[in-house]
Amino acid sequence: MSHSVELDGIGMSFGSTRAVSDVSFTVQAGEFFSILGPSGCGKTTILRMIAGFLEPTEGRVLIGGRDMRGLGPNQRPTAMIFQSLALFPLMPVWENIAFGLEARGMGKAERRRRADDLLRLIALEGYGDRMPGELSGGQRQRVAIARALAVEPDVLLLDEPLSALDLKLRQHMRAELRSLQKRTGVTFIYITHDQSEALAMSDRVAVMSAGLLQQVATPRQLYDNPATPFVAGFVGETNAIKGRVSAVGDGMARVDTALGPLHGRAQGAVAIGQTATLYVRPEALVPGVGANTLRARVSRMDFEGAFALVHGQFSDGAALTAAVPSTRLADAPAPGTDASFFFAPEHAVVLADA
Amino acid sequence: MRDLYARFGGGLATIFLSLVLIWLAAMVLAPNLMMIDYALRPNLPPAQIGSEADTWSLDNFTYLANEAVHRAIFFKTIWASALVAALTLVVCYPIAFWMAQRATPGQLSIALMLVIIPFFINEVLRTLAWFIILAYRGPLNAVLQGIGLIDAPIRWQGDGGVLAGMVYAYILFMLLPIYNAIESLDRSQLEAARDLGSPTWRTHWRVVIPHAKAGIATGCVFTFMLAAGSYVAPALLGSPGSRWFTEIIYNWFFEGGDWNRGAAYALTLLVLCLAVVLVTLRLFRVNLTDVAK
Repeated sequence: MSHSVELDGIGMSFGSTRAVSDVSFTVQAGEFFSILGPSGCGKTTILRMIAGFLEPTEGRVLIGGRDMRGLGPNQRPTAMIFQSLALFPLMPVWENIAFGLEARGMGKAERRRRADDLLRLIALEGYGDRMPGELSGGQRQRVAIARALAVEPDVLLLDEPLSALDLKLRQHMRAELRSLQKRTGVTFIYITHDQSEALAMSDRVAVMSAGLLQQVATPRQLYDNPATPFVAGFVGETNAIKGRVSAVGDGMARVDTALGPLHGRAQGAVAIGQTATLYVRPEALVPGVGANTLRARVSRMDFEGAFALVHGQFSDGAALTAAVPSTRLADAPAPGTDASFFFAPEHAVVLADA
Repeated sequence: MRDLYARFGGGLATIFLSLVLIWLAAMVLAPNLMMIDYALRPNLPPAQIGSEADTWSLDNFTYLANEAVHRAIFFKTIWASALVAALTLVVCYPIAFWMAQRATPGQLSIALMLVIIPFFINEVLRTLAWFIILAYRGPLNAVLQGIGLIDAPIRWQGDGGVLAGMVYAYILFMLLPIYNAIESLDRSQLEAARDLGSPTWRTHWRVVIPHAKAGIATGCVFTFMLAAGSYVAPALLGSPGSRWFTEIIYNWFFEGGDWNRGAAYALTLLVLCLAVVLVTLRLFRVNLTDVAK
């Protein structure tokens, strides 16, 4: 069984510091949901309010429709996976996994059996009698997950659990977490500051900045249709070109910039005369001349394998980044030259400046 | 040792090492060997020292074994010291936990000040303060009578007084090792235990106490040794019925004038204390180097 989690206008203040302001969203039952934001944006505070370690100063947390106010972390149908994992170093792996069952008064033989079942689920069969210190980082990670799953939570809360792993293992664990979530059907709420992690794993993502909710959307929508300038800049690489709106219509907008008039999709409320910014992704920029053409001086090119990143400067001093696929490397301009790039209007987004 | 030579060079390191060895030989080894020698010889008038009557025997030890009162006081001292250690642990563990995991930095410094400042005062004076508090016509009885809890004053001095005085005297030796141990516990482990549904007592039993084991064993060993060897608290706060083995040793030396028997008694106490300590450490599966830290 899994449950939905609803945040209804929650806010949190620590003394005079405002950590979270008026955040509302609903996580569907069985969903893999991520909260993404830079450190200090309030995402961990939100997770701790859902877990019950913090009581929100305003608003309500509802799990499965039930108001959680006044219930401690041991009374909520949630289990948390800590950033430090917080395995108990003096207990063997199986006792770690069965700790929550021990607290529920289950007999030792039954606990051991359940721990062995879970060890099988995380592909660590036979590791039950090892101590946590004898396991590798990825194995400890999986034990922490098994320990949380042992209490059969409706909602699993994960506080950047992959941040201590190296890149290769992190990518492997992403896939593993994702498949574990699909198999168990438990609602996952996953905290991260790593946008590629959030985009790769989640059904939906909430982006936070400075205690405020910026946008809740699928990874694809976040990337293609950022709702705020913060999301446009934080999720993925982008080129931001400032200007003033001179025409709006049919969902499109024209922005007059120092580089000439440029066209893109209007996102949200965009009106003529407003100052606005046009965002275009590096991979949307194609070397050559077309409808929306940008001229820039190329300063260097970083070859990354699948593509090359071309860095340059526009005439107004702003930075340009374009991604050229390796298969089209012949078209890439040489460093030190002036070059033109163009993009299709539907690949650019126009957002009014805040 | 290699570190020592590497850091200070041959000359200085040799001086350090020889100072330590001289200290051990002159201050630890020699007095103990002398005491063993004393304990094994009979108490003789000066004229007969060195004569053929002056031979080694276990007479002084068998005397203790056959003297029922002394024997009883000896074992009572051992188990009462264990009781002191246990009571001090019960008092100190919650305070240490609060200080290490719950207190704000401000509260922590106030708490540390409150427990450390009394130790600026000499142990005799601190015990004397308890003597005054526990006196028959003292403040404690006055307060208890004043709020109507008791009708007539209670004679606190005796076993209760000795216990109270000792627990108070050795709080610091129990508190600081446990505080140190709990302080290094990652707070998220407490949160994880709670999140998994563990009640508070189980979290302590399964997570905090195992983590703090070395600190608890250290505190208990310190407190036990200090209590078993303590003289001031039983002398000031005790009664004839609560005599401490150290008082008997004192009597042999300074009132009986029989240093040989006193030495035998002291040696017996030392050996049994060591045995208790080593057994405790074995039970806790802690080794002496952990305690030394």
